[in-house]
Amino acid sequence: MSIGGAPSRRAASAAVLGVVLLAVAPLVLPADQTILLSYGLVFAIAALGFNLLLGYTGLLSFGHSAYFGVGAYAVAFIVKYLKIESMELFVVGGVLASAVVAALFGFLCVRYTRIFFGILTMALSQVLWSLAFKFFWVTGGSDGLRVPTPRLLSGLVTLASGPAEDKMTFLAHRYYYYVLAVFALAVALMWVIVHSPFGKALQAIRDNETRAEFVGVQVRHYRWVAFVISGVYTGLAGALWVPLNGLTTPDIMHWTFSGKIVFFTVLGGFQTFFGPVVGAVIYNYLETYAVGHTVYWQMVLGVVLVVLVLALPAGIVGTANRMVLRWRRAAA
Amino acid sequence: MDIFLIHVLNSLLYASVLFLIAGGLSLIYGVMRIVNLAHGNLYAFGAYTTAWAVGRAIGDAPSARPLVYALLPVGALAAAGLGAVLEPLLLRPLYRRAEEYQLLITFGLLLILEDLMRLIWGPYPLSVSALYEGLGSLTVGESVYPTYNLLVIVVGGVAAAGLWAFVYRTQFGVVLRATSQNMRMASALGVNVNRVYVQAFTLGCFMAGLGGAIVVPQQGAVLGMGVDALILAFVVVVIGGLGSLEGALIGALMVGIVREFGITFFPEVELAVLYLMAAVVLLIRPAGLLGRA
Repeated sequence: MSIGGAPSRRAASAAVLGVVLLAVAPLVLPADQTILLSYGLVFAIAALGFNLLLGYTGLLSFGHSAYFGVGAYAVAFIVKYLKIESMELFVVGGVLASAVVAALFGFLCVRYTRIFFGILTMALSQVLWSLAFKFFWVTGGSDGLRVPTPRLLSGLVTLASGPAEDKMTFLAHRYYYYVLAVFALAVALMWVIVHSPFGKALQAIRDNETRAEFVGVQVRHYRWVAFVISGVYTGLAGALWVPLNGLTTPDIMHWTFSGKIVFFTVLGGFQTFFGPVVGAVIYNYLETYAVGHTVYWQMVLGVVLVVLVLALPAGIVGTANRMVLRWRRAAA
Repeated sequence: MDIFLIHVLNSLLYASVLFLIAGGLSLIYGVMRIVNLAHGNLYAFGAYTTAWAVGRAIGDAPSARPLVYALLPVGALAAAGLGAVLEPLLLRPLYRRAEEYQLLITFGLLLILEDLMRLIWGPYPLSVSALYEGLGSLTVGESVYPTYNLLVIVVGGVAAAGLWAFVYRTQFGVVLRATSQNMRMASALGVNVNRVYVQAFTLGCFMAGLGGAIVVPQQGAVLGMGVDALILAFVVVVIGGLGSLEGALIGALMVGIVREFGITFFPEVELAVLYLMAAVVLLIRPAGLLGRA
């Protein structure tokens, strides 16, 4: 059950190996597969942030679509009203906007735990969804807003690879590496956060709120900070997702999208550090192929979720960890 | 004045359907401490079943015969039957586990039921407006008002009264409330908790199905209606208090009124106002207006 309790060195070498594999992936994979992987990495950032609340602080949010959507819409507004196409400014805008919204919503939500926390986060996210849906002259309503291909690093990289590049190539190469770089930074930062004294305090709150309070942890304040960090990660994911998708619609604000974030975190295993990352990438493949093969893809996902909860509650990474542990013990 | 009366009637109409959905959701939470995310889909299932059954009975006939109205409750019975199967199959193994898992399995169920309805009844909406039109309309002052809407209001009222009598005036109601207040104690005193759970879940699903069944002649059955209804039902139970039937009634009336007047006077923020209402109530009284903490 120990979160991140695996020896740091082994985890670090696994992480380096993972990044190297992800870095060579575009060289061997066809373009559409690489783009699919970018989606997976983007969702992984959101899941990583979400799991700071669920896995480390013990709070189940059913409203994280709000921060993903705020990140995405912030980018769309920057394009629409400021006519800016710089990816760095997109990221800054998405992060700032989601930080503000998460700070406000978090202030209200962290007074509660358990089911009330879940419902309150959901109700607040639905407020944003309904605004995005109804204020069509600002948000485009259900048509959403288009976002063109951004310029990366103020165009420094464009010159190197030539101007005549179609969108597919852009997304499958330069944009993929951009997402991968942000992803690697996000993972490293989250690793530092959960292993810092702050991260330990969150785990203490999760395990025993009263005790944590007694040893001097300001429970509500810590939860709020965790909430904001979690929201910012999800907002960052939203900002990275828009150029990939080319369009943002209110669907990503709807509470069912929050359900998906919960889904992939549990799929990977929320009691491990890398579980949500693995879960997000696998979920993305699962959904894409299910959608491609059958109109009844929701049923496929639903069955996977039900089987997962009934048979593999520790998720993919959690179950794998246990199996490795058992195998080691048997060998020793 | 007539316009005002029509607004009031429409509010009651919304409130009736909402009470049926939210009352079931609240009952299930009150007894079993499970928030059933698939509850809206049981409402949709009731709507589809009734639409299908009535559609088969009417056939190509231009107008509905009175007897066809007797088929309305079919949807409620179908939803109840589905609930009676789902509880022992999917929920019972999870009562000892963390509530995250209970929420997740009902979310999985939501996805499955959504597509199950697509599989059975296809992607196109089903409509049985013959029943709606068959009752004609009444004159309210200078305006006309569909008689069927009044029938929905009456059904909602009767359901509320019946449920109240059931929970507070029968032997089963006593057992139900005892289990809700202290499951272990009830079990120690010889109550078969598993049976109470499946009965409560079935009753909750019956109400949701009834809501769907009576609303379908007016609105038709479409995919996605369950997910939308669930969120409104959430607003209702959060305002009234999770687990409280009286709360669900008050919440349904409040949401019905705000929705009706919201659509008329401030349509852009009508939904946002509802969610904000829920959020404000949660902040001031986390257990809801009538809930126990």
